[in-house]
Amino acid sequence: MKRIKRVFVANRGEIALRIVTACQEQGLETVVGASEVDMHGLAARRADRAVCIGPAPAAQSYLRDDLVVQAALGTRCDAIHPGYGFLSESPKLASRAREHGITFVGPPAEVIELSGDKLRAREEAVRAGVPVLPGREVASAADARAVADEIGYPLLVKAAGGGGGRGIKLVRDSDELEGLLSLARSEAGAAFGDERLYLERFIAAARHVEVQIAADERGHVVHLGERDCSVQRRYQKLIEEAPAPALEPGARDVIRDAAVRFAEAIGYRNLGTVEFVVDSETGEAYFLEINCRIQVEHPVTEAVTGRDLVALQLRIADGRALDFTQDDVTLDGHAVECRLNAEDVARGFMPSPGTLSLFCVPDLAGLRVDTHCYPGALIPPYYDSLMAKLIAHAADRDAALDVLIEALEDLDVEGVETNRTLLISVLGHDDFRRGAVTTDWLARAIV
Amino acid sequence: MPLSDDDVREILRIIDESDLSELRIDTDGFSLHVVKGDGGALASPPPPRQSHETKPESEPEPAPDSPGSTDGLTTIPAPMLGTFYRAEAPGKPPFVEVGSRVEPDTIVCIIEVMKMMNSVPAGVAGTVAEVIAENAHLVEYGEPLFRVEPETA
Repeated sequence: MKRIKRVFVANRGEIALRIVTACQEQGLETVVGASEVDMHGLAARRADRAVCIGPAPAAQSYLRDDLVVQAALGTRCDAIHPGYGFLSESPKLASRAREHGITFVGPPAEVIELSGDKLRAREEAVRAGVPVLPGREVASAADARAVADEIGYPLLVKAAGGGGGRGIKLVRDSDELEGLLSLARSEAGAAFGDERLYLERFIAAARHVEVQIAADERGHVVHLGERDCSVQRRYQKLIEEAPAPALEPGARDVIRDAAVRFAEAIGYRNLGTVEFVVDSETGEAYFLEINCRIQVEHPVTEAVTGRDLVALQLRIADGRALDFTQDDVTLDGHAVECRLNAEDVARGFMPSPGTLSLFCVPDLAGLRVDTHCYPGALIPPYYDSLMAKLIAHAADRDAALDVLIEALEDLDVEGVETNRTLLISVLGHDDFRRGAVTTDWLARAIV
Repeated sequence: MPLSDDDVREILRIIDESDLSELRIDTDGFSLHVVKGDGGALASPPPPRQSHETKPESEPEPAPDSPGSTDGLTTIPAPMLGTFYRAEAPGKPPFVEVGSRVEPDTIVCIIEVMKMMNSVPAGVAGTVAEVIAENAHLVEYGEPLFRVEPETA
């Protein structure tokens, strides 16, 4: 039996702080590996120790699996928590940690590798009886024309090495096919070192619904309900909620079961998220991909299930069995999260780094705020612009949305531009209040 | 106008907290020229940037403790995180000892990152005054490794 005592946190910002806090509540020591510019951040200060792993640019610090493992070894950590982004889905970090006897808080390297290969993951989904969109790998332009005729236009060209919205091109008609295919191939080769492409049917009116799953080391898999993350811009999620609103009665169980079946089929371990695209006209759900990490939006699931997902990750990584069954998972009320970003919406969502002269979040019933911000904190220009996640939990969706609006209106923030006004207008928008919107809604609504 | 170390520290602190990016003081027998850049002192956050572009890749910049200290000694900071080794191999003599003369390209230690041995040059000409880091221990990026009395030109 493993026994994790000291956790190396290989991340920054709010999630590093979230992990440090979860570890402390579990009685675990923490070491935060920070870049030079983050050494005075909240996570580094709250941890038992912070080590400077490199200069500010992520390529020289947060993306260096060699430095992370070396730092974890040098500080005698027995586990590495990668958070989200950066190295969280790096098979190399997972295998390197394992080689040095350090527990990686996440699935094994082989599972991460399979999940990162979107074509293989798709094949596994088919094998597990999980519905996927019509389509398949295309080797040549002629091949692509044949597949395109089968599935019809518009369609998507996707890179096997992509995922999370990267490496996707929309092809509207047959005239565009060849040009976009060769462009996609060269971009995929450059970006992912993998030129394989596949075509998939495009669903115009789509919702993004994802199922949170947890699997222990013995292979017991449970789901913790689903989330809707359809309010997004350029595949960047802005507002997420649980449970997903406006799903057909049977559809909810179908995707939850499909997610568990898929996780079982690929030998998944620890926490993961199985993403589906739901056709909002037919209600049909299709597998998209599985994410091998804690998600940014995990707090909405925590709110409605009453479970600490980071603690659960640590428990599973420690080799302990799930201490609850599927029947024990009950969902209470409705939770909504919005992401407060340091960006200038009026100037094309340009990042707005700077030092916060003021930052104060209101204390409201049902409101949780995950943030690394404080008055005087620096929002550095090197990383993503997420400042805070505001999560409201209430008896129903409308009440939760109202808490978020009140929180955003009462929020004091000065020193950087934020997307606060945009969030307020979305949370109060008639379309959004009526229920689930589609993934293209935000782009249309803000123009 | 005699200045103590504390005076200099106080001046640097005031400059650090100010919005000035450069300061030049020239008085009788005393001149001070300070440029506040984003590569140096960590105590003050780098100035906000307008674009999200990362800095151009460059040689690791001098980190926290590296700027010349008030006793005239220069610090050699760790150019990367890793395990600090004073010698090429166990049992071999250390690259440098206190009193060793170094040139900028003299190898002063090795930093190991996942079995990759990285030789660290002194980057300064002078005499080693102190070995700060402990052999076979983890050093962080920017951590002071040695102090060197620089050669006066």
